[in-house]
Amino acid sequence: MSEKNTVAAREGWYTLDAEQPRLMGSQCTSCKTFYFPKYESFCRNPACDSETFDEVKLSHRGKIWSYTNAAYPPPPPFVADDPYEPFAVAAVELEKERIVVLGQLASGVTVDDVSIGDDVELVLQSLYEDDENDYVVWKWRPVSGAAT
Amino acid sequence: MSHQVAILGVGMHPWGKWGRNFVDYGVKAARDALADAGVPWADIDFVAGANTMRCGYPGYVSGATFAQALGWSGARIASCYAACASGSQALDTARAQILAGLADVVLVVGADTTPKGFLAPQKGDRPDDPDWLRFRLHGATNPVYFALHARRRIELYGTTDEDIAEVRVKNGKNGLHNPYARYRKEFTLEEVLESPVVSDPLRLYEICATSDGGAAIVVASMDYAKRLQKKPVTIEAISTITPTFPSTQLEMPDLATDSAASVPAPEMNFQPAIISAAYSEAGIGPDDLSLAEVYDLSTSMELDWYESLQLCPAGDGQKLLRDGDTYIGGRIPVNASGGLSCFGEAVPAQALAQVCELTWQLRGEAGERQVENATHGITANVGLFGHGSSVIVKR
Repeated sequence: MSEKNTVAAREGWYTLDAEQPRLMGSQCTSCKTFYFPKYESFCRNPACDSETFDEVKLSHRGKIWSYTNAAYPPPPPFVADDPYEPFAVAAVELEKERIVVLGQLASGVTVDDVSIGDDVELVLQSLYEDDENDYVVWKWRPVSGAAT
Repeated sequence: MSHQVAILGVGMHPWGKWGRNFVDYGVKAARDALADAGVPWADIDFVAGANTMRCGYPGYVSGATFAQALGWSGARIASCYAACASGSQALDTARAQILAGLADVVLVVGADTTPKGFLAPQKGDRPDDPDWLRFRLHGATNPVYFALHARRRIELYGTTDEDIAEVRVKNGKNGLHNPYARYRKEFTLEEVLESPVVSDPLRLYEICATSDGGAAIVVASMDYAKRLQKKPVTIEAISTITPTFPSTQLEMPDLATDSAASVPAPEMNFQPAIISAAYSEAGIGPDDLSLAEVYDLSTSMELDWYESLQLCPAGDGQKLLRDGDTYIGGRIPVNASGGLSCFGEAVPAQALAQVCELTWQLRGEAGERQVENATHGITANVGLFGHGSSVIVKR
């Protein structure tokens, strides 16, 4: 089997740095509000009329705000494994950006392994594949050694 | 200036999985509402339709679709889409026409035919549509969002699995007596707790299904109404507000919240703000309410609404339930209709169905599920993409 290319399932939303991938956001140069997904047109803060933004890499660690799982296969456009393997999902609060970002928990992590407030870090894992490419997405992985 | 309009007639098609064209459900509901009002179709000045995104082009132009099906009469129309809040937006459009003096009597209709299973986004690749992306990238179905909030509730407020299941038991008792409900069956706590987990901590019987159904309301100016009814039920408020920046509650279909790093989060979250705006418009408060119809997409969400409605302090929702306050016969019955637990959601019809139930209750026509001496009722609901929906009615 030949080596497949690693491709972002949603281009431009995260770096493909294998060691420490980061979500790509933006920050208003005037009011300093952060945005994820990256947004660079018109600041959404109603008190700010800025149209200039800096691209920023969001914190790669956060704390679990809440979590759940998907016991049954989600419908398309999700590409579900066959046979289906349930996966867990977390909403993670980034302290610096004061933003909550949704994402699957890393494969193998179940709802029994996590609690609200746990530290997690961003990883990239396969979402689906075709003949040429492995399409990866961000997921949250509990930080080893952190209190559970 | 009074902002009152009168509800002259209400009608519904029973909820279920009938597999027919959504237009049929809407027309049946509309005919029932017209008959209930005693207003001939030819007298309707304006038709406000609540759209469905699942039934092709006719669903996007529902005002015209229902007007044609009832027989073109030259009436003016509007077609409204606001996800689960579509019905309230259509009702608000009808009210605005009347209060502006542009129409005397208006028909509002919403109906849907839904597929089996999870509600899914529209087909086709749309990498800039958050509703498509949440499914594509993270398999985040609606129950995933409901469950994130339910888990948070358990953690913050000490709500138990039994509390979340008990809401279904209560609603099952109520829906048993509703001829329009799809599920007319009582559940024991054990049956609910033994149903399979869909998205932890929520179980199958704690998450609302998707249904076919239709609801319609005839609304009129107070002057027009006085010719037909001595004391009609009136609409006192319709809150269709949007969130305030930064919105820090994770809401469907977004993959992230707004950032509160530079502008602090508003004092009130979106849900309580919707209700607060409705109270303020109607000039009443929670103590004036006789009953409430709230969106129990999950049974845990019903407990959240108790707090947003200010029926109890934040975190005490389950106490209200355990004390029996929200049962029929209790201090403030919630979802006397059986709620979405017993209906399953028919998106564009649901917010109207809530108002139909309140109207029957306020008229004393709700049969075995009647709330005694009901004078004020409120509906509570949110449509995804930031649509508030709360209607206050009075007798």
